[in-house]
Amino acid sequence: MIEFHNVTKRYEGGYDALKNVTLTLGDGEMAFLTGHSGAGKSTMLKLIALIEKPTRGQALLNRINLNTLPRHRVPYIRRNIGIIFQDHQLLFDRPVFDNVAMPLLIQGYPRHEIARRTRAALDKVGLLHKEKSMPITLSGGEQQRVGIARAVVHKPMLLLADEPTGNLDPVLSREIMQIFVDFNQVGVTVLVASHDLSLIDELQKPRMTLNRGELILNDLDTGPREILHGYE
Amino acid sequence: MATSNRRRRRPGSGIHLSAYLAHHLQSLIFSLGKIYQAPATTLMTVAVIGITLSLPGGFYLFLKNIEAMSGDLRSSSQISLFLDLGVDENRARSLDEQIAAMPDVESTRFISREVSLQEFRQDSGFGKSIDTLSSNPLPHTIVVEPQLEIDRFRVRNLLGELQALPEVDIAKLDTEWLERLYTILEIAQRGVAIITALFAIAVLLVIGNTIRLDIQNRYQEIIVTKLIGATDAFIRRPFLYGGVWYGLFGGLLSWLIVELGYLAISGPLQRLNLLYQSEHQLITFSLHDFFILLTSSTLLGLAGSWIAVARHLKQIEPS
Repeated sequence: MIEFHNVTKRYEGGYDALKNVTLTLGDGEMAFLTGHSGAGKSTMLKLIALIEKPTRGQALLNRINLNTLPRHRVPYIRRNIGIIFQDHQLLFDRPVFDNVAMPLLIQGYPRHEIARRTRAALDKVGLLHKEKSMPITLSGGEQQRVGIARAVVHKPMLLLADEPTGNLDPVLSREIMQIFVDFNQVGVTVLVASHDLSLIDELQKPRMTLNRGELILNDLDTGPREILHGYE
Repeated sequence: MATSNRRRRRPGSGIHLSAYLAHHLQSLIFSLGKIYQAPATTLMTVAVIGITLSLPGGFYLFLKNIEAMSGDLRSSSQISLFLDLGVDENRARSLDEQIAAMPDVESTRFISREVSLQEFRQDSGFGKSIDTLSSNPLPHTIVVEPQLEIDRFRVRNLLGELQALPEVDIAKLDTEWLERLYTILEIAQRGVAIITALFAIAVLLVIGNTIRLDIQNRYQEIIVTKLIGATDAFIRRPFLYGGVWYGLFGGLLSWLIVELGYLAISGPLQRLNLLYQSEHQLITFSLHDFFILLTSSTLLGLAGSWIAVARHLKQIEPS
């Protein structure tokens, strides 16, 4: 699903956010991306989500070279990805249902299909009864779950989450992470950036750790792959 | 599991077209909804556009009326023929009949030297001094009324023809002031064209600026929709329709302003009309004018928003 070959990302001013990173995340796998803030976790997710382009090296998504992808194809590639943000990026001018339905609307699904899939996604995160609420009236955990529903409503192949539990208490965090595990069990590839190490240990999923832009630990290469296979 | 395959497999291509049209309709209504949600700003923008467009609209209507009125006045244009003093009355009368039979002539009126003198004696107050003259200094006069429907160039031709007659000393068209009016009208028409062009640009800028602010206000929404895979066209659409609505409503308002303004001055205008004995009815916007006004204001709205969208939407990228 995701392949990085010696990827370096250098920002203006000569700062290297990623240095020579090589890694592979296969179809249907789930992994955590860890490291201190500033280690390059967000940069890595941005490269995959086509928000940034690599300075050097090759980044592939589904064997599509992201380095050379023309601008007009970017939206269509992004439709295969569900992105979950730390600050969930909901639109506060419309109810929960409309927020979740957005990806389907963009992809031109017919109305009845939009309603069906949106309700299914809201049901999956346990918020079907809140479909008419405005996001501002929801708690932090509920808002994050709406964000997740929006990210999965169009059944993407890949789920990217950037510190999805950053603002939540431990109980809520565990709930949210469990949702990701559930999606992974039905075949979605999941990559979660998080520094909540205790929670990650609990979930027994492979870890990739970045430190100052370098990949210093990769369970998927050296670690116990049987852990992963146990979940497939 | 190639991306393209998946894309093709999901919403089937048959569904695609109707969904595409549905989204157009949706954006149209959505942008109308946005306008409805922010009535104050919308009303101000629409008011600016309406007032701006009402000025060229009003000028246009004013000119149209003046033209129509001057058309009526032209029918009162007469040609006075002063014959040579040597032409006797019989000769003059037969010439009168001859001219009356000409195709471009509606009617003629013959005024003999004697009648002219009598009228002059009565009207001028120089009666006594005229009596001292040994002979009548006034010539026979034929007043020629050209056909109503002929234009001013044919009137000019007729004038030339009549001037060329050997019996005619002087042929005088009483419409030189009308010629001047026509020239002034032509200048005014060009003035209106310039004003219209300038005001159209103003409307373009107003709409462009409103849409630019609209884009800025919805910065977050644009970022999010881009991140979940919206194409540029998808994001552009509601803004373009927003411009269309601004243009359309602005056009409607300008029409309303002109009609109301017209109503306000119609009283004195009617009186002026009566004073000039013109049978001309006051003209307001025809259906055709109305259509042109709305079409051009709507197109201006579309163009203005297009400029804003082209300039500002590309700059907004998630980071």
